[in-house]
Amino acid sequence: MLHIKNLHAGIEEKGILKGINLEVKAGEVHAIMGPNGSGKSTLSAVIAGKEEYEVTEGEIFLNGENIEELGAEERAHEGVFLSFQYPVEIPGVTVTNFIKTAINETRKAKGLEEMSASEMLKKIREKAELLEIDRKFLSRSLNEGFSGGEKKRNEIFQMAMLEPKLAILDETDSGLDIDALRIVSNGVNKLRSKDNAVIVITHYQRLLEYIVPDYVHVLHDGKIVKSGTKELALELEEKGYDWIKQEATI
Amino acid sequence: MSKYTEEELQKELETKEYEYGFYTDLKSDTFPKGLNEEIIRAISAKKNEPEWMTEWRLDAFRIWSEMEEPDWANVHYEKPDFQAISYYSAPKKTDPNKTLDDVDPELLEMYKKLGISIDEQKKLQGIAIDVVVDSVSVATTFKKTLAEKGIIFCPISEAIQEHPELVKKYLGTVVPKKDNFYAALNSAVFTDGSFCYIPKGVRCPMELSTYFRINEAGTGQFERTLVIADESSYVSYLEGCTAPSRDENQLHAAVVELIALDDAEIKYSTVQNWFPGNAEGKGGVYNFVTKRGLCETNSKISWTQVETGSAVTWKYPSCVLKGDNSVGEFYSIAVTNNYQQADTGTKMVHLGKNTKSTIISKGISAGKSQNSYRGLVQISPRAENARNFSQCDSLLMGNKCGAHTFPYIEAKNKTAQVEHEATTSKIGEDQIFYCNQRGIDTEKAIALIVNGFSKDVLNKLPMEFAVEAQKLLEISLEGSVG
Ligand SMILES: Nc1ncnc2c1ncn2[C@@H]1O[C@H](COP(=O)(O)OP(=O)(O)O)[C@@H](O)[C@H]1O
Ligand SMILES: [Mg+2]
Repeated sequence: MLHIKNLHAGIEEKGILKGINLEVKAGEVHAIMGPNGSGKSTLSAVIAGKEEYEVTEGEIFLNGENIEELGAEERAHEGVFLSFQYPVEIPGVTVTNFIKTAINETRKAKGLEEMSASEMLKKIREKAELLEIDRKFLSRSLNEGFSGGEKKRNEIFQMAMLEPKLAILDETDSGLDIDALRIVSNGVNKLRSKDNAVIVITHYQRLLEYIVPDYVHVLHDGKIVKSGTKELALELEEKGYDWIKQEATI
Repeated sequence: MSKYTEEELQKELETKEYEYGFYTDLKSDTFPKGLNEEIIRAISAKKNEPEWMTEWRLDAFRIWSEMEEPDWANVHYEKPDFQAISYYSAPKKTDPNKTLDDVDPELLEMYKKLGISIDEQKKLQGIAIDVVVDSVSVATTFKKTLAEKGIIFCPISEAIQEHPELVKKYLGTVVPKKDNFYAALNSAVFTDGSFCYIPKGVRCPMELSTYFRINEAGTGQFERTLVIADESSYVSYLEGCTAPSRDENQLHAAVVELIALDDAEIKYSTVQNWFPGNAEGKGGVYNFVTKRGLCETNSKISWTQVETGSAVTWKYPSCVLKGDNSVGEFYSIAVTNNYQQADTGTKMVHLGKNTKSTIISKGISAGKSQNSYRGLVQISPRAENARNFSQCDSLLMGNKCGAHTFPYIEAKNKTAQVEHEATTSKIGEDQIFYCNQRGIDTEKAIALIVNGFSKDVLNKLPMEFAVEAQKLLEISLEGSVG
């Protein structure tokens, strides 16, 4: 599904990602952990196609195709979804209107008809229920005045609506209490199938108890310094990142 | 009111000329250029006007001759040469040899996006359409409904003939001839526009929109509108057209007067899309408009406007809150792009006790445009307990445009409560990326953000108009972010 080869990227003269190699196959869940500032959000933004970052070396393949030339919306149409660490506010645009636009623009790009209002409504209801979202919430302005937890839940709601092939969750667990964490994880797990893949970025082992990863990678200073199975996450929790940092410098 | 369909509109278009004879009595040529008493008399004679009307015009002309063209700080343009304008030309006639193939394809594309019917496109471009006179046309039905309620709605030239007592009583009472340079000019030379009278206690059963929208296609440079809502009546009036109007007349100076008598309510909505000029700012329309409403006791006037056109716009729909407990509202969206300049705003003059006004202004600037909001809230000494709330929000796209807000408050009564809020925001890269990530391309993302920003005002427009206005906002900002 996703194949990243020797990816170097940065901003202006500053290098942030310094040779990332990662392969994510359909049906897999990968967790990426690592200290603050190690480049986790940058990696997810580069995969999603944020133009602010310049790719200086390496390639990203999506389903065997180099996506260098694809704009962010085209990558989204190909099924890439990013749950933002810091979701953006769009005043005056309701959650419903936003998701409706997102779905129909994606359908349009694929040459499909707009989704009928009744189908849209049905889907919204179903997903809102799954994520235990109050219907009143859906007519509020997107992310405006949302609590941290509401923002994250709204991201996963959009994910559930868009049914992406590759979902990248950037610290979706931060700001969620234990109940919300369970609900959100449940939403993510519903999406899991042999055709889809998920990349979970997190600091905490806690989330990985709900969304159990097949692989865990540790990112440090723009490089994946260690990869393993879910046991690695436990080890990290116990020993902290210093252990990795030391190992990385040896 | 049941929804008025495009098809019905089309039907109405077909019968309109027949119904009102707008074009039939005005076949004649254009007058020589320049302005003098001779010309004014000729205009008046051409329109078969009574003596009092001719005198009224001449008086306005004399006032105008003594006036100086104003200078405004925030708009720059080449001043028109008033002696180089022809003050009487027949409304746009259809050209029998012209077809849609002769029309700029870009313009046609825009019409298509706006969902304007082929017949209406032809109308706007002065192309002949096949006229089918349907004896039970929609227009006839409408006209009958209005007549049954005693509502008068007709071209102002017709009103001068048919209802002189009303015209005489109200014309120029809200916007006096000497009010300003352009109002004086308009008073001297206006040749068309609309007149509307709603009798006591009558609620106008339909939006007086479609008529005007059609009217617009043949509208002149110096339009004059007079709306009178008698005691306890209600009317919602829609002006304008979302289709971009290219006009050979560069200067437009309209006057609109609204009169809301005791307990009456007038809602006046405008969607204006004059040709703004090309990307370099050449060839656009100068739009200098004086719009004002007078509120008697317990009455209410709401102005709602969406402005996207014109090279230069100068426009301040205002309310004079004369009667106690009267209410004035102003909701505005002004979009400027490329080299457009807009200087708009409102004036709320509180004279009566417990008068209330609300101002919501949304300015959107893109390209190299300048967008200014100028508002004046005036509270007279006898206006006990007057209240005003103003909110002016600006949205900037890119780094080369400007937004300016000039709120003026003159409160001469201590009990006045005046609140003003202002915000300026910029469409951020992060917002665009967020939308892109969800599959929404940049053009659409901007439309979405702009619509969200304008929502408070769009919501004030009647449903059908709001949808059109939304599309219009989208189109006017196309290509404004690279
Ligand atoms: N837009 C940006 N401008 C400047 N520096 C940036 C930008 N984005 C990320 N960085 C820098 O790149 C590094 C990695 O950031 P980030 O990817 O957000 O880390 P993480 O998500 O792992 O905490 C940090 O040092 C951060 O300051
Ligand atoms: Mg981060």
